[in-house]
Amino acid sequence: MSFIRPVKRLFLFEILRGMALTFFYMFKRKVTLNYPYEKGPISPRFRGEHALRRYPNGEERCIACKLCEAICPAQAITIEAEPRADGSRRTTRYDIDMTKCIYCGLCQEACPVDAIVEGPNFEFATETHEELLFTKERLLTNGDRWEAEIAANLAADAKYR
Amino acid sequence: MPKLTINGTELEVAPGTSVLQACEQLGIEVPRFCYHDKLSVPASCRMCMVEIEKTPKPVASCAMPCGDGMVVHTDSPMVKKARENVMEMLLINHPLDCPICDQGGECDLQDQAVSYGMDHSRYNEAKRAVTDKELGPLVKTVMTRCIHCTRCVRFVDEICGTPELGGINRGEHLEIGTFIDRALTSEMSGNLIDICPVGALTNKPAAFTARAWEFQKTDSVDVFDAIGSNIRIDVRGNEVMRVLPRLNEDVNEEWINDKTRFAIDGLKRQRLDKPYVRRDGKLQPATWAEAFAVIAERLRNTAPDRVGALAGPMVDCESMFALKSLMLALGSPNMDCRSDGADYDISSRAGYIMNSGIAGIEDTDAVLLIGTNPRHEGTLVNARIRKRWLRGGCRVGMAGAPVDLGYPYKHIGDTPQALADLASGRHPFAATLKNAKKPMFILGAGALARPDGAALHRAVRELAEQFNIVRDDWNGFNILQMAASRVGGIDIDFLPQTGGSGARGILSGKMEIIWLLGADDIDMQHIGNAFVVYQGHHGDAGAHRADVILPGAAYTEKSGIYVNTEGRPQMALQAVFPPGEAREDWKIIRAFSDAIGETLPFNTLAELRRSMIEFAPVLGDIGHCRKAEWKKFGKEGDVSAAPFVPVIANFYMTDPISRASVTMAKCTDEILPLITPVAEAAE
Repeated sequence: MSFIRPVKRLFLFEILRGMALTFFYMFKRKVTLNYPYEKGPISPRFRGEHALRRYPNGEERCIACKLCEAICPAQAITIEAEPRADGSRRTTRYDIDMTKCIYCGLCQEACPVDAIVEGPNFEFATETHEELLFTKERLLTNGDRWEAEIAANLAADAKYR
Repeated sequence: MPKLTINGTELEVAPGTSVLQACEQLGIEVPRFCYHDKLSVPASCRMCMVEIEKTPKPVASCAMPCGDGMVVHTDSPMVKKARENVMEMLLINHPLDCPICDQGGECDLQDQAVSYGMDHSRYNEAKRAVTDKELGPLVKTVMTRCIHCTRCVRFVDEICGTPELGGINRGEHLEIGTFIDRALTSEMSGNLIDICPVGALTNKPAAFTARAWEFQKTDSVDVFDAIGSNIRIDVRGNEVMRVLPRLNEDVNEEWINDKTRFAIDGLKRQRLDKPYVRRDGKLQPATWAEAFAVIAERLRNTAPDRVGALAGPMVDCESMFALKSLMLALGSPNMDCRSDGADYDISSRAGYIMNSGIAGIEDTDAVLLIGTNPRHEGTLVNARIRKRWLRGGCRVGMAGAPVDLGYPYKHIGDTPQALADLASGRHPFAATLKNAKKPMFILGAGALARPDGAALHRAVRELAEQFNIVRDDWNGFNILQMAASRVGGIDIDFLPQTGGSGARGILSGKMEIIWLLGADDIDMQHIGNAFVVYQGHHGDAGAHRADVILPGAAYTEKSGIYVNTEGRPQMALQAVFPPGEAREDWKIIRAFSDAIGETLPFNTLAELRRSMIEFAPVLGDIGHCRKAEWKKFGKEGDVSAAPFVPVIANFYMTDPISRASVTMAKCTDEILPLITPVAEAAE
């Protein structure tokens, strides 16, 4: 009725209810993380730092088809290619300008051989711009370092693709 | 004139038109693999199926002539199903390796699979694999991708006249290949790359380097010979990645020769990218100002009539016009664009161009080749002659060194005596020429560069008049020039002015300063002690001899007008920028004129072109041939009895660009030894 609202307002009922909620949260499990010692869970589809993968026998996967370069909306990828000594099609240059990249994931969607992927790593902040201009060497090193996680993520997501 | 209905639209077509061509006239696209406008029709791929009412089965439209009252459907469910089934069959053995295939992005099979392909395969057996064939340094093969359309086989048989490709075995085991494992010897083999609808034949020197969608495309004109083939330069960044032909039915149809297509890697090597000045006997890098100062100093101490200029074979009209203006400003009458030393009479334009036009070859019924090997001097002219010969009713005679042209010809003799034999009617080919309706002479520029070239020119003109090959409706007097700059140079009068000397005079040792504008193919011994200014783009013979080098632009790096051997001015557009400090040639000459206080009266390329076209109005008609008026021309003199000799020893290396090209060096190594001089071909 019409006198309940003035009474609630007089006794600061909403404040009390808020304080009560706060009080009960004191006894709940904390959700804050002690980053960087603790980290939250991420999806297998998480789009982090790029990596170029290899086949289990050590052969690089990338075949220089340039589909990622073509699809990249930020035009962050630069590829140059030529026949390798054994006649196979390989890149001589595979650069990603990580400062241009918008982490849309279209490169890994376009890749026919799952060579370029966006791995789970998001901690690659640098002090200079130049350090974020990734070369083929850096990307392959990323791939080697993160292969276990990337492979697990791809396997986890495979059934939805 | 059969009248038929296609998709509800009524259409009247010329008799003999195929249903596919009729569809094209209406703008209806019919998918096809084996059919090609310029080749015979095998109707083997079955992709162009259409439904024609009252026929029980779908019909291959490329081989079906239009009939009166036909009712054609190209988009019925039956057509779609037929084409989908064909596509499924074609894809059974296709490896689907599009990501690593150079044809990816411009592949007929890929494009048509989007419209007619299935999203999955029903074929669970093993796919077949085919061994790759070795076709030489230009064409790369991945034969597993081949769909056996036989376009390549028909191309080398019909257009090139070098039947080196064929199908071996049958059915599942059918393979396209050379019967013996060796390189293709045709100088048009690069067109196989364009003609292959899949990625079986691709560009070997450009393998894996770029994708079709990465290029900036610039329309240009070829300068390796005087045909003026229309080309498209594909550029990525500031690098020329490939050259493709542009369709021009009047000039090159849709072909280009291998030098045009593959010599472009020479544009990246041996380039002059900064000015050089010879100090203490050695060429040392200098600034533009220093280089200009050295030349200006020499000019100050030299009488103007001791200064000469020569233009080489790849120079554009604008540069020559600018240099001519400079020479006139200096007061020197000594200049010549005919660096090969020819001095035949050029008083009539009809005396130095191909009057019938290249397309005119298709109308002729007797061709006399004089002192020329059109296969090397103008590959696409030779292809036209072959095309005409293939149609039947055309006889070819040759007065010159016997060579393999790809079609049979009557060899009349290899000395100018052959012309006398024809004139007197002693040789039976004289009767052929007399009875022909539209006979044609093709006189090679190499023959005209002989010491007796001027007399030969006159002799051929007289022979032409004797056989009545010049009439009101037909002019079969043709000069096959070899240099892209030649006709344009003569048109703008880059020739000895009154009292001046031509190439022979300039090279006689009496000049003190010689300005070489891209002229490398002269005997540097003849220059004597002259002070040589070399303006050009490659470090070749001219730059080697030079005292000052002014780095210019190659044909891909400047916009210029070139006049082909038909007298057809064509505009080449700039595709990339010259390397380093090199500049466009007309700018160099304009800047130099400023440095010596003789400023030339044009500040922009447009102004230069305007005054050039004012001087030579024929150059203003871009893309069109003007009919040249026939006059009596020719110089007095005696024709010697010396035999005609082939002027191009190595087709793959004729100029500074192709000499710097790795691909052309490979061709020289691998293909040249296969081409043996062939004795007289029997008719």
